[in-house]
Amino acid sequence: MASTDDLPGPRTSILNNPLWRGLFWQGLTLALLVWLALQAFDNAVVNMRARNIPTDFSFWNRPAGFDVNQTLIPFSASTSTYGQAFFVGLLNTLLVAAIGIVFSTIIGFTVGIGRLSNNWIVARLATVYVEVVRNTPLLLQLLFWYNAVLKALPGPRESLALPGSIYLNNRGLVLPEPVVGAGFEWALGAVALALLLAILFAIWARVEQRRTGARHHALPVAIGLLLVLGGGAWLASGNPLSFQQPVLRGFNFAGGIKVIPELVALIAGLSLYTASFIAEVVRAGVSAVPGGQTEAAQALGLRRGDILRLVVVPQALRIIIPPLTNQYLNLLKNSSLAVFIGYPDLIQIFAGTVLNQTGAAVQVVSITMAVYLAISLVTSLAMNLYARRIALHER
Amino acid sequence: MSVPDRTTSPFEPSADLPPPPMMRGTWGWMRENLFSSLPSAFLTVGCLFLLAWFLPGLIRYLFIDAIWSAADGEPCRAPGAGACWAYVNAKLTFFTYGAYPRDQLWRVNTVMASGGILAVWLLWPAAKGKGLAALLFFAVFPIVAFGLLTGRTPFPSLLLPSPGSNIEWWAFRAAIGVAAVALPLLALQRFWLGGVLLFLVAWFMAAAHWRLLGLTRIDTDLWGGIFVSLLVASVGIVFSLPCGILLALGRRSRLPIIRFLSIVLIEIVRGVPLITVLFMANTMLPLFVPDAWSPDRLLRPLIGVALFSSVYMAEVVRGGLEAVPRGQYEAAMAVGLNWRRMMMLVALPQALTAVIPGIVNSFIALFKDTTLVAIVGIFDFLRAVDTQRLDPAWAGPSISATGYIFAAAFYFVFCFAMSRYSQMMERRHAAGRKR
Amino acid sequence: MRIHARSLVTASLLASLAGAAVFAQASVALAQAPSKTLEQVKARGYLSCGTNPGLAGFGMPDDKGVWAGIDVDLCRGIAAAVFNDPEKVKFIPMTAKDRFTALQSGEIDVLARNGTWTQSREAELGLLFAGVNYYDGQGFMVRKKLNINSALELSGASICVQQGTTTELNLADFFRSNNMKYEVVAFATSNEAVKAYDSGRCDAFTTDSSGLYAERVKLANADDHVVLPEVISKEPLGPAVRQGDDQWFNIVKWTHFAMINAEELGITKANVDERAKSPNPEIRRLLGTEGDFGKALGLTPDWAARIIKQVGNYGEVFNRNVGEGSRLKIKRGLNNLWSKGGIQYAPPVR
Repeated sequence: MASTDDLPGPRTSILNNPLWRGLFWQGLTLALLVWLALQAFDNAVVNMRARNIPTDFSFWNRPAGFDVNQTLIPFSASTSTYGQAFFVGLLNTLLVAAIGIVFSTIIGFTVGIGRLSNNWIVARLATVYVEVVRNTPLLLQLLFWYNAVLKALPGPRESLALPGSIYLNNRGLVLPEPVVGAGFEWALGAVALALLLAILFAIWARVEQRRTGARHHALPVAIGLLLVLGGGAWLASGNPLSFQQPVLRGFNFAGGIKVIPELVALIAGLSLYTASFIAEVVRAGVSAVPGGQTEAAQALGLRRGDILRLVVVPQALRIIIPPLTNQYLNLLKNSSLAVFIGYPDLIQIFAGTVLNQTGAAVQVVSITMAVYLAISLVTSLAMNLYARRIALHER
Repeated sequence: MSVPDRTTSPFEPSADLPPPPMMRGTWGWMRENLFSSLPSAFLTVGCLFLLAWFLPGLIRYLFIDAIWSAADGEPCRAPGAGACWAYVNAKLTFFTYGAYPRDQLWRVNTVMASGGILAVWLLWPAAKGKGLAALLFFAVFPIVAFGLLTGRTPFPSLLLPSPGSNIEWWAFRAAIGVAAVALPLLALQRFWLGGVLLFLVAWFMAAAHWRLLGLTRIDTDLWGGIFVSLLVASVGIVFSLPCGILLALGRRSRLPIIRFLSIVLIEIVRGVPLITVLFMANTMLPLFVPDAWSPDRLLRPLIGVALFSSVYMAEVVRGGLEAVPRGQYEAAMAVGLNWRRMMMLVALPQALTAVIPGIVNSFIALFKDTTLVAIVGIFDFLRAVDTQRLDPAWAGPSISATGYIFAAAFYFVFCFAMSRYSQMMERRHAAGRKR
Repeated sequence: MRIHARSLVTASLLASLAGAAVFAQASVALAQAPSKTLEQVKARGYLSCGTNPGLAGFGMPDDKGVWAGIDVDLCRGIAAAVFNDPEKVKFIPMTAKDRFTALQSGEIDVLARNGTWTQSREAELGLLFAGVNYYDGQGFMVRKKLNINSALELSGASICVQQGTTTELNLADFFRSNNMKYEVVAFATSNEAVKAYDSGRCDAFTTDSSGLYAERVKLANADDHVVLPEVISKEPLGPAVRQGDDQWFNIVKWTHFAMINAEELGITKANVDERAKSPNPEIRRLLGTEGDFGKALGLTPDWAARIIKQVGNYGEVFNRNVGEGSRLKIKRGLNNLWSKGGIQYAPPVR
């Protein structure tokens, strides 16, 4: 009997050969795309020439000529360029994202745990919060905070005085400005030393526990070190940090740190909105830890705090972290809604003012998209690496 | 059957004692749910204080102190006045239709009502004839809606000779001819070809008779309000589902170039905010097409929204495709189905059913995102509400909050209903899979 | 629920077919041969006029959707000259952002949207300004209770402004050259900037002074706000057309000039028929009873008479929309005729 290798293969038409069919469809798609891209490019060149739209990036180094009311880097209308305006906007976006992430995480975890609480009224309140906030548009919430809440505040002369010389008015939030005095670096050094010692102690405690099983609690030691070392140095150098109180002068407060109301509204809106999603992520993560885990830990005699810290949280985090990162990215992307309430973020400054002043629509919109895309891709990459690291290694 | 032994007295358990009074009824419930421990008790008291501080004021503002009817903003400006519902009442037509000509509102109403009926038909689990509903919703409805709303003929004259005096007669003959071919084909079960030909018949007939309706043209710059919000959302939904399915199939394709292109498109659009996509559609799209083809001002953000929602839909559908067990694909291949049949008859039905909650959730997100089209100058519902705040006849301290609360209620009702629907579908789906 | 994948896919195929068809239709409808604007306008049967979406006195629809303003009346004048019917105009509201693009792409025939005539707009954007129908300049509006009489007292103030306009650049220049500090609060639309000013976010609001007057009457208590006397920029506002169509440019330009000449010659909406019989050769030439000056423009001999009869002369239009006869009550000032102390001047018809 002849082996099957000797038999001639089935005679099939080339039309039915999967390889050729695949190549054909892909070639067709590619050709179509290339053709479309060429057409688009042609049209763009013709249209941009007809409308005198700049096609290069020379605007980047031209003087900007406009002012911005919140800049983290020095910026002035006369000397700064459009390129610097881009960085001002980018930094403002990152600032909002960073503060928003901190607040939304705190609120989100609180509400998420609240929804799982045994306490009926706490769980209900948390549920109402999540449902109301999740089911209304973020833009509506931002406009509400900005137009209906912050703008309804009194003017600078009738500011609401909060404890600690903090003033709230329709021009924003005014905080006392910390002023660093002599000896501050000594106090700071002492705090750093205390922290270092505490970390070293924690490492030693862990090694010791591995070796002997005896537990040495690191937290009381750390607090003690901070109090003794840090507090001592602070007092010794004569309380080196003072606060400059804001005073009312002219149109508004002088001195102190002014937080513009656009930033306050944006952070309030973004944090509360994202927190409702984070709360759901947290709830899902914690409920996904099997009840048997808690029961087993109880059976082993672990205390309540230890059960949470050593058993539930590490397992829940593994589930929580990837969607949590997604929420952080959403927050970053949603911060682009700043343009609706006049906060000078990347979109408002760059895709708004710079685009209008220069007319370089294609360049400006592409750069803006590239920035968001780069941040998103880098974050997801980092997240994938992290997820791989904490994934369960099954044996 | 054994006879019970009557010689010894049978074991009779005494009746259960009632649970201690503190564990029963309202008290027991409160003990367990509100005061189970000291921290819990503190939380309960704290929450009660919060509610006592917040709720009465809110209720007073929304209902008791609210102004329900007024000719202008005067009563609402009085100190202590609550929400100004009279303002919402006075502006309701503008909030719903924008500046759409008032004597033509029946056109918008017809479109919204028929769209609503079709949507309910599609989503109602027990309804029959989903295929027909899908066909109507995804193919017929958009065409008719376009025609009704704009007053332009939705049937391109490309398929017809240039408008002449006896255009109806020409179209009638052509339609008869096509039908003469189509019906035998249908009889021979050549469904595809017959369907396309019948489609052409319908097209010719409709095109020929459209202008007999005598609709006036209404340009998109007059459109606004809830109507435009629903329009943007519907366009997103109608396009995102088919495009999303195609992109998801592309991303899971074995063909490297198609897979690569799908991944690139999906990841790029997912990595940027919707606002930048809208900016791109608004400023760059007109540059990339010949001048004469420059899209309408409303069409540009619609394209942006459709693109944006498609890629999110693609990821949802991909999740569903990945959840279909491998065995299903292998079985389909084993019985000799080709790729198209395997996807259409085996994979997609299971995948789509499994991700209905995900699909609805992305509709919710899409609906909330429609508010962003305001950035390119479209008068959606929220923008309509937002621009009316400064009307001197009404302007007052409570007007902003009233408008926003009304808008919030509107969006909440829609989104909450959709999310409940998705949870219901999830339960139904889970019930079918329980073992 | 069973999803009928087959019908879904069929439906999506049909939907994309239909979508493509609808798209093509929409595009075909917008397609126009880029020939002479006048012929296009005549063939279309109406004039497409880009206007401000809502600036009292310049271009704003009322409750019933009837447009009013001096820019709007200029477009009506063109329509009157071309069609002998001032209502044959479609007003297309334009945002600051895409007004020039719309003109270049042919979506509108003339842009009468209080646009400032600048060198770069003509040299770089390919526009031609056909005259100045309002001499404007940037100013500031503040609350009366601040007791400020001059813009030079604004040091340290918060100022609301619309982003991406020359206004924003002038503002920076003004404060820089006077060595004063300020906080700029920029918004995407003028409307939002006014709302922010009104709610107390800013001490001052800045835009062209005509715009300040227009916005002032829209505020709840107009009398609580004053416009400061300083004008910090030259803003000659006028209608713009595309480059490359001199005939159309002339029609727009001479519509404006006809209205100014009419005022100078004392011809009004009411007396135009009677004045046509006047022996004054300048009047006779303007109203077409002598010579045929309309023909060279591609219009009828009575083109100017049509404008004046149906829209009015410049003074009437000014008064009706922004002057004493309107809510804005702006003084004629620079916009008075050259013979009365202003700088509105039109070349003669001859």
